[in-house]
Amino acid sequence: MAEPKVLTEVGRAPAQLTPAKRVEQTIRKAKGPGDDKIHTWPHLVRAEFLCTLIVVAGMLIWSLLVDAPLEEPAAPTRTPNPSKAPWYFLGLQEILVYFDPWHAGVVLPSFIIVGLMVLPFIDINPKGNGYYTYAERKWELLTFFVGFHILWIVLIVIGTFIRGPGWNWFWPWDPWDNHKVVAMTAVDLPYLFGLRDYWASAAFGLAVVVGYFVIGTLALYWAIVRVKGKEFMQRWGQPRFQLTAFLFLNMWAVVFKMILRLGFNVKYIMVTPWINV
Amino acid sequence: MSKWDEFKESIIASQVWQSMFRHGYDDTPRNRVLAVSGNVWLHLHPSKVRRHGVRLKFTWCMGGITFLMFLITVVTGIYLMFYYRPVAEYAYADMKYLEFDMPFGMLMRNMHRWAAHAMVIAVWLHMFRVFMTGSYKPPREFNWVVGVVLLVLTLLLSFTGYLLPWDQLSIWAVTVGSNMARATPLLGHEGPFREFTGVNAVYDARAFLFGGGEIGPHTLLRFYILHCIFIPLVTTLFLIVHFWRIRRDGLSGPSL
Repeated sequence: MAEPKVLTEVGRAPAQLTPAKRVEQTIRKAKGPGDDKIHTWPHLVRAEFLCTLIVVAGMLIWSLLVDAPLEEPAAPTRTPNPSKAPWYFLGLQEILVYFDPWHAGVVLPSFIIVGLMVLPFIDINPKGNGYYTYAERKWELLTFFVGFHILWIVLIVIGTFIRGPGWNWFWPWDPWDNHKVVAMTAVDLPYLFGLRDYWASAAFGLAVVVGYFVIGTLALYWAIVRVKGKEFMQRWGQPRFQLTAFLFLNMWAVVFKMILRLGFNVKYIMVTPWINV
Repeated sequence: MSKWDEFKESIIASQVWQSMFRHGYDDTPRNRVLAVSGNVWLHLHPSKVRRHGVRLKFTWCMGGITFLMFLITVVTGIYLMFYYRPVAEYAYADMKYLEFDMPFGMLMRNMHRWAAHAMVIAVWLHMFRVFMTGSYKPPREFNWVVGVVLLVLTLLLSFTGYLLPWDQLSIWAVTVGSNMARATPLLGHEGPFREFTGVNAVYDARAFLFGGGEIGPHTLLRFYILHCIFIPLVTTLFLIVHFWRIRRDGLSGPSL
C-alpha cells in the first residue's frame, strides 16, 4: 500500500517510525480545542514515576544522615525556657506578642483559614486562569505575597530564630541570656495620648479600632474605584467587597500592631474589662 | 514461531492471564487509554491531559510530592506502630528501643519525621503554585476549598504526631501549641466571655482536646488515636474528593 509522502521532522516517512513515534506524530499535528491533549500513560505517569524515585531517594539519604531529635523524657514540672510550638505554628506564637491569646490563637487563625477558603469567590478576575502572569493579576498577587509570604514567613523566621529565653528578642549572634533584663515599658495607646480616665481610655480605644475599619474600608473603596473603575465595583458587588476589605484590613492590622509594638512600645490599642485589642 | 514464543502465547491466552490483564502492551492509542482507565490506581488521572500540564515548570510536581509524603508517613508510621505503645510509662522507652534495638527503627523514625515536615512545606508550595497559575478560578473553586481543609488536616496530623515521642520537646511544644484553645472566646476558661458559659480548667475547649485539665497519659492516648486513625481517615476522604475533582475538571490551563 502506498504511504502518503509525508515527511516528519526527523526526515523519515511515518511508516519507518517506531509505533510509539507514530502515535506521537498524530498528536503533534493536531490543531484546535481539546487537541493539545497527550496521553497520561506514558507521559504523565513517567514524570510522576521519576519524581517519586528522586524524592524517595532524597528522603532516604536525608534520613540516613540526619537523626530526628529526641530529648530527655517528658517532665511536666520542668518547663524549658523558651517553650516553642512546632515551627509551622511559630508565626502564630509570635503574634501572641502583639495580640491577646484569644485574638492571636483563635480569631486570627480562623480568619486565615476562612480568608484562604473564600479566595476563589472574591477573586472574579477571569484572566490568569491556568497560566503564570503578573501583568493581568497585579493586585491579587501583591496581596497574596504580603500575607502568604512576607507576613507568614517573616513571623515564622522571627519565632524560630530570633526569639530566645523569656520570648525575648535575641539576634542570631547574641548569646541566650536566661536573665536578660528587659524593661516592661510598653503602654497602651490611650495612655500615650495623655488619657488617664478608665472609661475615656476605653472609648478612645474603641474609636480608634472602629475608625480603622470604617476609614480603611472607605479608603479601599475609593482606591479600587480609582484603579479598577466604577464598572468593576458594580460587577464585584458589595458582599464581595466588604468581605475582602474586612480580611484585607485584618491582615494589615497585624503589620500595624507589630510596628506600634516594636517601634513605639504600644501594648494595647483598646482596653475594656472583657477584651483587649 | 519458536517454542518459547508458543509458550508465551499460551500463557497470555490462558484464562488466568486474561482475567488479570485486560489489554495488550502494544503502543497504540487504545492501549494507552486503557492503561489508565483500566487500572484502579492510575485512573485517579484523566486518561489524557493537556500538554503543558505535564511540564514540571507548570506544576512543580508539588501536589504529587505532598501525596507521596503522605504515603511515606503511612508506610513508615505503620512500621513504628508495631513497636510503640501510647502509654506514658512505655512511650519514651519504646522510642529508645526503636532507635537502638529495632532493625531500621531509627531510619523509619527519621523518614517519618522528615517526611512529615516535608509534607507541610510541600503543601505550602503546592498552594503557592496553584495561586500563581490561578488554578482556583472557575470551575475549580471548590477544590481549592477542599485543599485548604487538607492544609489544616496536614498541620493537625503533624501536630498530633509531635506529642507521641513523649520527650521534653514534644510535651512542651504541644502545651504551647494548645494553650490557644484555653483562650477561645466562650469555650476556653481563660477566654473572653467565659463567665457566660461557665467553663473551667477541666471543662473547656482545651480539656476536650487533652482529655483532662493538663497534658497527661490521657492526652497521649487521645493524640495517638487522632494521629493514627481519625485524622488520616478524614484526610483520605478529602484526598479522594480532591483527586476526583482534578480528574473531572482536568488540569487548569489557558483556553485554546
